[in-house]
Amino acid sequence: MTTHIHETTSYDADALGWFGGEAEGFGGRFMPEALMKALNELDEAWQEAKADTDFVAEFDAILRDYANLPSPLYHATRLSEQLGVRILLKREDLNHTGAHKIRNVLGQALLTKRMGKTRVIAETGAGQHGVASATAAAYFGLDCTVYMGKVDTDRQALNVARMRLLGAEVVPVPSGSGTLKDAINEALRDWVATVDHTAYLFGTAAGPHPFPTLVRDIVRGIGDEARQQSIEQYGGLPDAVVAAVGGGSNAIGLFTAFLDDADVEIHGFEAGGEGFETGRHAATIQANDPGVLHGARTYVLQDDDGQTIESHSISAGLDYPGVGPQHAWLAKSGRASYTSITDKEAMDAFALLSRAEGIIPAIESAHAIAGAIKIAPEIRERHGENATILINLSGRGDKDMGTAIEYFGLGEATRESEQGEAQ
Amino acid sequence: MSTSTAFEKAKNENRAALVGYLPAGFPTVEGSIDALTTMVEAGCDIIEVGLPYSDPVMDGPTIQDAVQQALDGGVRVDDVFRVVEAVAATGVPTLVMTSWNPIERRGVDRFAQQLQDAGGAGLITPDITPDFAPEWIEAADARDLDKVFLVAPSSTDERIAMTTAECRGFVYATAVMGVTGARAKTSELAAPLVARAKDLSPAGSDLPVGVGLGVSNGAQAAEMAAYADGVIVGSAFVRTLLDNRSDEQAALKALASMTEDLAAGVRAR
Repeated sequence: MTTHIHETTSYDADALGWFGGEAEGFGGRFMPEALMKALNELDEAWQEAKADTDFVAEFDAILRDYANLPSPLYHATRLSEQLGVRILLKREDLNHTGAHKIRNVLGQALLTKRMGKTRVIAETGAGQHGVASATAAAYFGLDCTVYMGKVDTDRQALNVARMRLLGAEVVPVPSGSGTLKDAINEALRDWVATVDHTAYLFGTAAGPHPFPTLVRDIVRGIGDEARQQSIEQYGGLPDAVVAAVGGGSNAIGLFTAFLDDADVEIHGFEAGGEGFETGRHAATIQANDPGVLHGARTYVLQDDDGQTIESHSISAGLDYPGVGPQHAWLAKSGRASYTSITDKEAMDAFALLSRAEGIIPAIESAHAIAGAIKIAPEIRERHGENATILINLSGRGDKDMGTAIEYFGLGEATRESEQGEAQ
Repeated sequence: MSTSTAFEKAKNENRAALVGYLPAGFPTVEGSIDALTTMVEAGCDIIEVGLPYSDPVMDGPTIQDAVQQALDGGVRVDDVFRVVEAVAATGVPTLVMTSWNPIERRGVDRFAQQLQDAGGAGLITPDITPDFAPEWIEAADARDLDKVFLVAPSSTDERIAMTTAECRGFVYATAVMGVTGARAKTSELAAPLVARAKDLSPAGSDLPVGVGLGVSNGAQAAEMAAYADGVIVGSAFVRTLLDNRSDEQAALKALASMTEDLAAGVRAR
């Protein structure tokens, strides 16, 4: 099975990075002049690389032999029974390092080698993209610096340790809110100063052109594989594809292969946090307020002065006040629909999948499961008894056990029963 | 009043212009007005008022500290116009330096009108380039506001030509590859960049070139004044205020003596 990184869809960006055109659409490149040459070079290098069959073959071989891909498409029979529709899970949780993110960093690092650069930098929120970047840097023998908000380094000590073990330098960022968006700002500042020998491994399909396209092309293998597996194993296309949306890389990775399949519904689920109406959420598309953040015009959580508002989600990976510009365009054009899932709905789905299927999902992916649970009745109504929903299970939940222990009181229950026995 | 007036005056006096920056609302809105007017009285020819933004890309740690302090103090975009009005009333051309999103959020045309109403000279836009700023270019042209875009050592000749063709007032040359912040030595990248900007700007435009990023004393200012039309100082002024944050009078005094040193520097080319 090969990736389709060179293929195009009807929803691609134009040469300047606009999805849906400059007047009505999203994307573009709102960046300091100091980075323009590097962004142009990156764009040109990627156009050449993805047309080079040797490059594509090398990428495919690395994905197969090192990252354990293609990931299986699994028919979740017990969950299917409960929901009354067929549920297929794209098992990205089984990838090396436990999430879809390994695809992105291996692709970008391979391109970095091809461009002759020797150092990579990355931003990370909870640490997953940082760990993936450190892994890819180790694999390719590149120097690696990861920027991570100070708040996040404090609460994700395990991932900090993993990155350091893999040979990366981890730089805590105390400025702003000390979270993902501040780590991105700091990584951009590093890049402005080091751009001649350093590549920025952007963690999601957002940011200035060409990153939304570059990352999308690299991760679209998720959907390319799933589409082929669905046809071969289950005799046709699914009726709906579903993914969680933060910055949006796992979602665009799944959606791309289905964009021109007009009969396939596309549903993205953002993090609703404590509930959209409370204002404490990360449901950027639902908030429907266009702005420019981190180099692209897209939907942004912002106040009347255009200052970014802090997002909230139980899932660190979805806790971002912007969204990839292609998702903004898919929403505005009506090709995909986006709604939000609250922390509670996500955690209920997290527990449900664990018990029904013996799979502990990442809390990010639990948002997609919860979304599928929500739309299952209407999908069945529209597509009949044999309706199929294909969900991107983008990562595994080991990293989230601290949150789960706290949320479900798993640790406390044990202590209580031990105390009970002692008495 | 366009910054070109100040550049012409400096040119007639055979010196470079001194351009000073502070963010609005730092340490307070009134405090920033006092500080900026002190800088004008002590010899700044042009003032840049920074619009504090939550997610700046080009700001180094010193300016980030100040901007965060201003945001924590509750500064709003309307306060920025108030500062511009007060500073412009002293008679020096006063620009706003801002990240793009606050302009987009307010509406480009409305922002431009409010800036003009406050007596502002125009905008410096560090995180947007002319090829992505057609709306701002149109709004500025309609009002004859200055459009100051940046060029960098990494800029290609083609991009320098494109950028200088869209500038009015001056073009901002970033002297080092990196974010803002005072540096021990001015960069060897600055002089060649200024020369390229002059060569590649439209024939007959005589567009002044200002050099920024890294200047902190009169000696460095003199070095840059040898080849640049304007010397831009930001972080060093901010640092001075941060170092004297407990004593406002001492802060203004230190600011004045730093300005005088720099003003002497731009006259010692």
